[in-house]
Amino acid sequence: MAKKTAVSFTLNGSTVDVLVEPRELLIHTLRDKLAHTGPHIGCETTHCGACTVDLDGQSVKSCTILTVQCEETQVLTIEGFAKGGQLHALQEGFMQEHGLQCGFCTPGMITRAYRLLQEIPDPTEEEIRYWMAGNLCRCTGYQNIIKAIQYAARKLRGEVVETSHPLMAEVSL
Amino acid sequence: MIPRPFAYHAPDTLQAVIALLSEHGDQAKLLAGGHSLLPMMKLRFAAPDHLIDLRRVKELCGIVMSGDEIHIGAMTTEHDIVASALLAEHLPLLVETARQIADPQVRYKGTIGGDVSHGDPGNDHPAVMLALGASFVLVGPNGERIVPAADFFLGTYATAMEPDEVMTQIRIRKAAAGSGASYAKLKRKTGDYATAAAAVVLRLEGGVCAEVSIALTNVAPAAMRADAAEASLMGKTVDDAAIAEAGRHAMEACEPAADLRGDEEYKRAMAGQMVERALRAALLRCAA
Ligand SMILES: Cc1cc2nc3c(=O)[nH]c(=O)nc-3n(C[C@H](O)[C@H](O)[C@H](O)COP(=O)(O)OP(=O)(O)OC[C@H]3O[C@@H](n4cnc5c(N)ncnc54)[C@H](O)[C@@H]3O)c2cc1C
Ligand code: FES
Ligand code: FES
Repeated sequence: MAKKTAVSFTLNGSTVDVLVEPRELLIHTLRDKLAHTGPHIGCETTHCGACTVDLDGQSVKSCTILTVQCEETQVLTIEGFAKGGQLHALQEGFMQEHGLQCGFCTPGMITRAYRLLQEIPDPTEEEIRYWMAGNLCRCTGYQNIIKAIQYAARKLRGEVVETSHPLMAEVSL
Repeated sequence: MIPRPFAYHAPDTLQAVIALLSEHGDQAKLLAGGHSLLPMMKLRFAAPDHLIDLRRVKELCGIVMSGDEIHIGAMTTEHDIVASALLAEHLPLLVETARQIADPQVRYKGTIGGDVSHGDPGNDHPAVMLALGASFVLVGPNGERIVPAADFFLGTYATAMEPDEVMTQIRIRKAAAGSGASYAKLKRKTGDYATAAAAVVLRLEGGVCAEVSIALTNVAPAAMRADAAEASLMGKTVDDAAIAEAGRHAMEACEPAADLRGDEEYKRAMAGQMVERALRAALLRCAA
């Protein structure tokens, strides 16, 4: 009844083919079969957002998507962000603004923030709070995460940005 | 947390969906956004043998105006609703509601058809559908039938839909000129289901209430109309006293179940508060 199915999709720009049972969740395919362990499992109940990936231009929680639903889709995970040794503006922003502590929520935060900035390139703090509400962080409080996203937004709009963090300013990139 | 094994189907047409449903009957489940169904399957509260994914069925998508009605494909996501200029202009209540559902990731996937079909008293659309007098197009092996929202929500996870039917479309009259509407929802945190919520549609004539509908979320086994609250407002000036009285009637009508969101007394009180809040907001919008 539940024979394995071949599924092909694009993962961070490369085509991947996997053989999965229909019941396999995307998060498990990514982590266990494709060695992409950036998307994390925080709750498994669709609440925390640690497993967020970008699927065909939408942020989704990969613990609540079947891999078979991803046939012919484009999937972007945190592994696809840095290019040629250069951090993505969001990764730099999270570092510069101290937007993380343990880092567990960070891949999901960045992946979600990426889509948010595609849709709203210049978000207000209120908009960031509203559109990032599907991602929970147990460490930082959200203030520095918001600053990190604003940092990246400015950088992506071509502005010169500096950290607003009193200690980070001392540390060069 | 992984679902029990099942066979997966991803047909391209509505016809193929109906054929699969006819073949597998109540062994099969339709998969829309999956954000109610997959969590239940992960917890093994649901364990269908066949899963029929609707994602390829283009006929189920799209929001269009048809005369003075708006037709919304069942596979329209909450995200599509939030972004729809057509709905913002003609049915802003739906946009206001969708903005309060779950969180961004869930809204990209969750569909209005899935929200209405699921029969979860915690879902937000059912009360809004009651308040708006929506109707649902259901298609099965014997053709199409149209069921008004008032006859659809029968109880917890129970609707008037047969196991071999698919909801294809939701039809709603565009908001009447001069009317105002609001959805007031109390939740413990962003992304949570309602502790209590109220949908209100109001129209005044000569300063008095000429039309009103009030429906409640999550304070009974299914979404419900608050008839006595509506009756108490008809023909009256919608002032503080009238609003408070409507709230009291709504409190009496609801039958909340105690759970982690609160005990009966609290939920009853909050249902009254949400009716008052939604009425006040709807009243302001009538004038606008
Ligand atoms: C963390 C979280 C928070 C949430 N918070 C809220 C909230 O605050 N308010 C709220 O309203 N919802 C909430 N939801 C539910 C979410 O909005 C769901 O996505 C939605 O209720 C169901 O839509 P779906 O497309 O995901 O349906 P699915 O999960 O795919 O399906 C749900 C049910 O409807 C049936 N079905 C689906 N489409 C059709 C169709 N076209 N015809 C016939 N039957 C169909 C399925 O077979 C299934 O039984 C939340 C979900 C999560 C995970
Ligand atoms: S692990 Fe997917 S939302 Fe928490
Ligand atoms: S940095 Fe630890 S959970 Fe967010």
